[in-house]
Order: sequence, then C-alpha cells, then structure tokens
Amino acid sequence: MFSGFMINTWIVGSIAAVVAGVVGFFVVVRGSAFVAHALPQSAFTGAAAAYLIGINTLFGMGAFALASAFGIAWLGRRGRHDVVTALTLVMLLGLGEFFLSYSVEYAQAIYSLLFGEVLGVSTNEIVPTALIGAVAIVAVAVMYRPLMLSSVLSEIGEARGVRSFRMELAFLVIVALATTAAVPVVGALLMFSLMIGPPAASRCFTDNPFVAITLSVALALITVWVAIAVAYERNWPVGFLVGTIGAALYIIGRVWQAWGRSRVSHRITHQPAPA
Amino acid sequence: MTGLVANVVFEPGFFANGPVQVALLAGGVVAVTSGVVGVFTVVRGQSFAGHAFSDMDTTGGSGAFLLGIGTLWGFLAVAVAAATAMELLGVERRRGRDVATGVVLGAALGLAALFLYWDTAVASTSGATTTVLFGSLFTIDGSTVPAILAFSVAVLAVAAVLYRPLLFTSVSADTARARGVPVRMVGAAFLVMMALAVALSAITVGAVLSTALLIGPAATALRLTKRPGTAMLAAASIGLLGVWSGILVAYDSSAWPGHHGWPVSFSVVAVIFVLYLAAELQSWARAGRAQAGHGRAATRSR
Repeated sequence: MFSGFMINTWIVGSIAAVVAGVVGFFVVVRGSAFVAHALPQSAFTGAAAAYLIGINTLFGMGAFALASAFGIAWLGRRGRHDVVTALTLVMLLGLGEFFLSYSVEYAQAIYSLLFGEVLGVSTNEIVPTALIGAVAIVAVAVMYRPLMLSSVLSEIGEARGVRSFRMELAFLVIVALATTAAVPVVGALLMFSLMIGPPAASRCFTDNPFVAITLSVALALITVWVAIAVAYERNWPVGFLVGTIGAALYIIGRVWQAWGRSRVSHRITHQPAPA
Repeated sequence: MTGLVANVVFEPGFFANGPVQVALLAGGVVAVTSGVVGVFTVVRGQSFAGHAFSDMDTTGGSGAFLLGIGTLWGFLAVAVAAATAMELLGVERRRGRDVATGVVLGAALGLAALFLYWDTAVASTSGATTTVLFGSLFTIDGSTVPAILAFSVAVLAVAAVLYRPLLFTSVSADTARARGVPVRMVGAAFLVMMALAVALSAITVGAVLSTALLIGPAATALRLTKRPGTAMLAAASIGLLGVWSGILVAYDSSAWPGHHGWPVSFSVVAVIFVLYLAAELQSWARAGRAQAGHGRAATRSR
C-alpha cells in the first residue's frame, strides 16, 4: 500500500487535504459553497483548451480558474453572486464541451478531471502541486485578519476600511489557486467535497477559528487517508469515499451540536429558582 | 427573395429533420417550465440548489441504469430524496443553506462516482458521464415527450397554486410568518417543485443546459422588470428564444466554413449568456444615466 507509485498518491492527497482544509474553512464561513463547486469545474475547460492549443494543462487550468474568479467577482459586484456563479459555470462547461468536440483523442483524460482519479500520480506532478498549494496557504495567512473580518462582519469590515470587493476578489483568487493545485491530481469533485465536508464539520465542534482550521485540516487529512486506503483495498472510486465520509463527518458534527445545545438548555431550565 | 433569406438563416432540411422537430418541441417545453420556476429560484437566492439538483441527476441516472429501471424514475427518486435531505440539514440563514446544499451535493456526486464505476465494471458504459452531464437535444427519444409535457403541466400548476405564498415568503419571511403563512412548508414544497422541474430538464437537455435554462432567462428577465408575473413571461420567452436559436445555430454550424458542427448545449448556453450580458450592460447604462441625471438635478437645485 505504501510502495512505489502509491507513495506519490499519499503525498499529493495529503497536500490537497491540507490546502482544502485551510481554504475550505473560509469557504464555509463565507457561505461560498457554490463558488467552491464552480471554480474546480472551470479547470475542466482550461484543460480542454490547453489540449486544443497544445500547451501544458496546468497553465490552461490556472488561466481559466483565475479568469472565472475575476469574472465572478466583477459580475457579482452588484446583484446576486449565486446567479453569476451559476451562469459562469454553465458557460465554462459549455465552452469545455465545445473545445472537446475538436479534440476527440483526449476526451477521456479530460472527463476524468471532473470525477478524478488519485491513483497513478506521476512524480513530476508533485512539485507544482506543492508550490501552488503553498502559495494559497501563505496568501490565507497574510490576509487572515481582513479576510476573517469581511467574512463574518462585512459591515464592520467596511467601516474599518476593508473593501469587501477586494476581499472577495482575493478570496476567489485563493480558491482558484487551491483548485489549480489540486484538481489535476485529485479531480474537481474530490476537491469540492474536501473544501466543504471537513470544514463544515469542524465548525460544529468549536467556535474558535484557529482550533476550527486545525481541526478542519486534521479531518480533511483523515478523510483522504481513509479514502485512499479503502480505495486501494476495495478498488472503489476515491471520489465516492471522500464525498460520503465528508457528509458523515458533517452529520456527526450537527448531532454533536444539537446534543450540546439540548444539554445547555437542560442545565438552564433545571437551575434552582432564586429565593 | 424571402426564400433566399430563409435558406440562408435556416439551412435546408431544418424543419423536416425528425430530431430537430423533437428538440424544438421538448426543448421549448423545458424552457418555459424552467423560466417560470427560475424566477422563483433567483428571487429566493437558491441558484446553487437548482444547479445541485441537476448535477445530482447524474446519481439518479447512473443508479437507475444499475438497477435496470427507467432513467426518469431514478431522476425523480434522487430529486425528492435530495430535496428532503437539504430541507432536513438546511438552516434558516443563507450561508448555512449553502453549506447544507454543498454537503448533500458532495455526497450525491460521490455516490454517482460509485454507481458509474459499478456501471462500467458490470456493463461497460464509459460514455454515461458525458451523456448525463452534457446530454444532447438532438438525441431525445421522441416517446419521452408526452411524459415531459405531463410533468411540465404539473409543475406549472403547482407554481400557480403556490404563487402568492412563495413570493410573500421570498420577499419577507418574517412578515409572512407573522401573517400565518407556513414558511417552512412553502419552502419545502418549492424545493420539491424545483427538484422536479430540474430533473425534467436534466433528463431532456443534460445537467449543464438545465442549470443554464433555470437561471439564465430568469436572471435576464429580472434585470429588465421587477414585476414577478411579467418577469416569468419574459423568462419563458427568453428561454424559448435561447433554445430555438441555439438549435438553429448548432444545426447551421455544420454547413459553415470548417464543417464542424457545434455541440447544441454549447450553442444554447452561449445564446443565453450573451442575452444575460446584454441585459446587464443595459441596466448598467441605465444606472449610469440615472446617476448623471441625479447629479445635474442636484447642481441645479443648489
């Protein structure tokens, strides 16, 4: 399980989990699940375009992910963010289909980007993944305070001089970077599940942001490791395991939260009445 | 002369072509239903849920294939199950709702990956992913058209019954609750209605196009008018325009230089996206004019 080609899978899976755990925390806090779903899929179009003109797919994916991040931020300045995200997403998927209709021979490889296949990662994919992932995490660290402020209390953030639009743009660029790092090796579906399930679960257990981010990274790592191990043993698709484990973690978190709340209200209602 | 123009716009054989006729009819029905439901979806800010349903139909399609039952039943079962799960996990606030939708979508897509894996392992259907996601208006089975029509009429009837409470709860949930409207029930009913409408369009035109038809025309219409009734009419018309001209472009494109037929989903999405951008630009221009006029008025009054 840890020999030869599987080593690359473990390394790349762990990198994706760490990046998704950190970036995903802000995705959940900002309620940007739709963007986290749309940007990884835009990478599909980027890969299709790159194949068509014969350049490295990583450049195509990065370019399209960044372009859609800018497009969503700019079109979403006024009006509904979710509407703009939906339209950008379908336009990109349609374009991807258009590009693919010109190059039949790579179609299967590009479609596998949507559902993803972690097994069989080549060694020269590790370094770019690690580098781009590191840039995304450093960007989160640098902008931690304004990003947090604009996510939780956007009005107070504005009053303190944090421009919501710039923060939104910066955030979308970070998600685009995380996407570019992870999608070539783990696929769009897996990256999306990792950015939602573990962070959403960790938010149920704690209110402290640092603890929540740490927990979210830990849960994402556990999810990926269990998924790779089971996929290796039983030959099931990794995407299935990551998706269902993420959902299971979130449900456990919600049950824990509800239980904690009922315990608190129980304690309050059963306090001895003041004399 | 008119004949010449018609021949340039409509490549020969356009109206006599069987698949084109089915595509015009089925696509038109889906466009009208999606336009009406889409206005509610956009007003309520539930685009993500609308898109999630269309993606989750991959799960329904692949599951139905695995069990050997009709695809339509798989779509419907998943639509209702997912709507229930979202409602159970759903939180009142918009952010919580987004996360609940995301978790359900992630789990459903994971299941789809498993079903597709089993499908390919058992029955070798490597194209299943592509078909479900992108679909094609030109490969609709003519015999499904009556079922599509029946479901569309049902969805539109429910929309007509729920029209007032739905708009009321969308605009101000608190006031509606104070007036005794069962807000949560209305929301759940809408979710199921949207799931059905999306399942219907996903089976016909594929997941990508289904989202485009749900959100695009409605968002465009709401840029042009604020009246919900007018917006629904406009959205249905824009959807029809998008689908029909998209089909025309896809059909004609094979006769253009290069002789490469464009995928029909891409053509329709492109038309809808361009219409949305045009409405967006027009509303910007109007806002700019209004601001300039306001500035002049302020100077004059001073």
